[in-house]
Amino acid sequence: MSIDESHPPTRDAASAVVLRGVDQSFGDNPALVQLDLTVPRGSITVLLGPNGAGKTTATRVITGAIEAQAGEVRVFGLDPRVDGEAVRRRCGVVSAKPALYDRLSGRANLGYAAELYGLGRSVEVDDRISAAAHRFGIESALDNQVGSYSTGMKTRLALARSVLHEPDLLLFDEPTSGLDPESSHAVLEMIHDMTHGGVTVIMCTHLLLEAEGLAEQVVVLESGSALAAGPPAELISSFWPDAVVRLDAANPERLGDLERFAGVAGVEIVGTGMEQLAGFDGGTASSGDEVARLPRTGVDVSLSDPKVLPDLVAALIADGIRLTRVEPRIPSLEDLYFAIRRRHVGALERSEDGGRRLQPRGATVGTKVPPPPPPPGGQTVGAAPGVAGSGESTIV
Amino acid sequence: MSNPEGPSQHRSKKLEVKWSRTWAIARTELRQLIEAKDFWVPMMILGSIFFIFIPLVLLFAITRISNVDAVQQISETIKILPQAAQDSVQGTTDQARAAYAIAVYLLAPVAVVVPLTISTAVGASTIVGERERGTGEFLAHSPASVHEIYLGKLIASIVPGYFTTIVGFGAYSLIVNLIVGPGSGGWFFPTNQWWILMLWVVPPFVALTLSLVLRLSARVKSTAAAQQASGLVTLPLIMIAYGVSTGSIYGSLWPGIIVGALAWVIAFLTLWRGMRSIRRGRLIGVADGL
Repeated sequence: MSIDESHPPTRDAASAVVLRGVDQSFGDNPALVQLDLTVPRGSITVLLGPNGAGKTTATRVITGAIEAQAGEVRVFGLDPRVDGEAVRRRCGVVSAKPALYDRLSGRANLGYAAELYGLGRSVEVDDRISAAAHRFGIESALDNQVGSYSTGMKTRLALARSVLHEPDLLLFDEPTSGLDPESSHAVLEMIHDMTHGGVTVIMCTHLLLEAEGLAEQVVVLESGSALAAGPPAELISSFWPDAVVRLDAANPERLGDLERFAGVAGVEIVGTGMEQLAGFDGGTASSGDEVARLPRTGVDVSLSDPKVLPDLVAALIADGIRLTRVEPRIPSLEDLYFAIRRRHVGALERSEDGGRRLQPRGATVGTKVPPPPPPPGGQTVGAAPGVAGSGESTIV
Repeated sequence: MSNPEGPSQHRSKKLEVKWSRTWAIARTELRQLIEAKDFWVPMMILGSIFFIFIPLVLLFAITRISNVDAVQQISETIKILPQAAQDSVQGTTDQARAAYAIAVYLLAPVAVVVPLTISTAVGASTIVGERERGTGEFLAHSPASVHEIYLGKLIASIVPGYFTTIVGFGAYSLIVNLIVGPGSGGWFFPTNQWWILMLWVVPPFVALTLSLVLRLSARVKSTAAAQQASGLVTLPLIMIAYGVSTGSIYGSLWPGIIVGALAWVIAFLTLWRGMRSIRRGRLIGVADGL
């Protein structure tokens, strides 16, 4: 397929980045496969995925560092393959390696970037360099050789370099890689602060904790394709439409058959000892494997209506269940990520087996994916390319 | 195999060069070289050996030698030179004539070997080095065009070799005039042929060599591989340049001028083609399956 034959040009003023049907391979290895991605202006979008999912390649395609082999790429309405310089002038990039010149000083590194990005050399630029260094806390080391910097200082310098020319789009590829937790936290705070001026941020990471709380939109990549995209809250509510409460008890064997209570839509047993029970659907224990089915660390109970919780608790106590924990549970991004990936693996297995194999439910990572409801605004496998935009989630 | 960087119709064919960015790239490369003592100290020693130490010892020994037979043997070798070259040899004594011949004719290849060696060493690592250090990612994402990157790297590779050669040439001229001059009627060096060699013949050969070396540097996987491959490529060029330089020195002015002009034409063509070998993907190691 040649470029732009299948997709009309996009001029989406609300989007900073639009990728539609982008293909990219290296030799026989596909890196991006019909990738669709829409990044709203002024948002923080986090690309999640395992190593080799295509996160870095996607950022490279966006800036035009790699020219996409097929599909449409638009950055602020411009095609990086045609208007590469204009696109790259508006981008600031921090790659997984800081990509700094170790033999030069921090100031020389920033000065070099200033010249390449068209700021030139002047007193004003020197002031801007000092201000950027001050902002990221490396001013005192600015005249030292970068080779003498710690990993954290290098990352800070790379961040300072990325914002020196005041870009509209920031791309961070695993910016906390190699940093200690304290430095990682500081860097993430800096990234968060950077977006206050309406800058669009795309961040690649495989560290889910980093994305939690930072991402306004997540895109889960797998083998070069987007499995799901949208605001985390929307994606979570599409996966877990019911309220979930985690219950634990001093006599946990009594938690195995909660579905008989009114208002309980589903029960998922949590904890070690249950992983081997592929195919377990939350039903009652039977002789023979009763010990294996005993919940060790409680159950996650899906409620058809959160208001039934007080009545449920009262009924459980009246039934002799000695509750030690009643905790409303909000699924984390990590839960979401694994749920999406598990669903994807399940879909692959179904397609390979012609749908004959029974799908395991829950059990392996502590959360159970309910039968997939049609997500709001979402699309299913085989549907038209899912383009996630602001306020719209897509699950492929 | 598919082109990992996409269809060629999207690649800009226009030569877009902003010289401010080109100089910035060249300057940054040179600043890194200046900081790399482990690189430039050996190169300075190399230049010193060829331009200062060897001429000093050789010419001093000849002009002060007391062994008449040895001097006569050297004088005999002058007869091998073309007649025009023999006629131009100056000196009132055999010693002076032998020293003159060695200074003007026999050490000419030094002027070629030194810049080619140094520029090759710099150029071989310039692009693959960016990739190995990870800084190629920064360049690939920057607004600098591939033409600017190529030219910046080219300038940064030429300057150290040619600068060393010019400085060495100045030192060599001084040594020759101080040691050989008194017996040859005063200061006579550089001769016209040497000016043509230094300003007209050597530069295009350096550019021609670098056009090949930079292409290699863009394609190979490591600096070590680039150095080895560059050595293989530049060795024949050094031999050709060696022959050309001695030829331009021995003959009249015209052969040097013509050879230099041809070298410039070939150098421009190879540089133009070499410019197209640089792609952003090669800076980050994703092109060619690197």
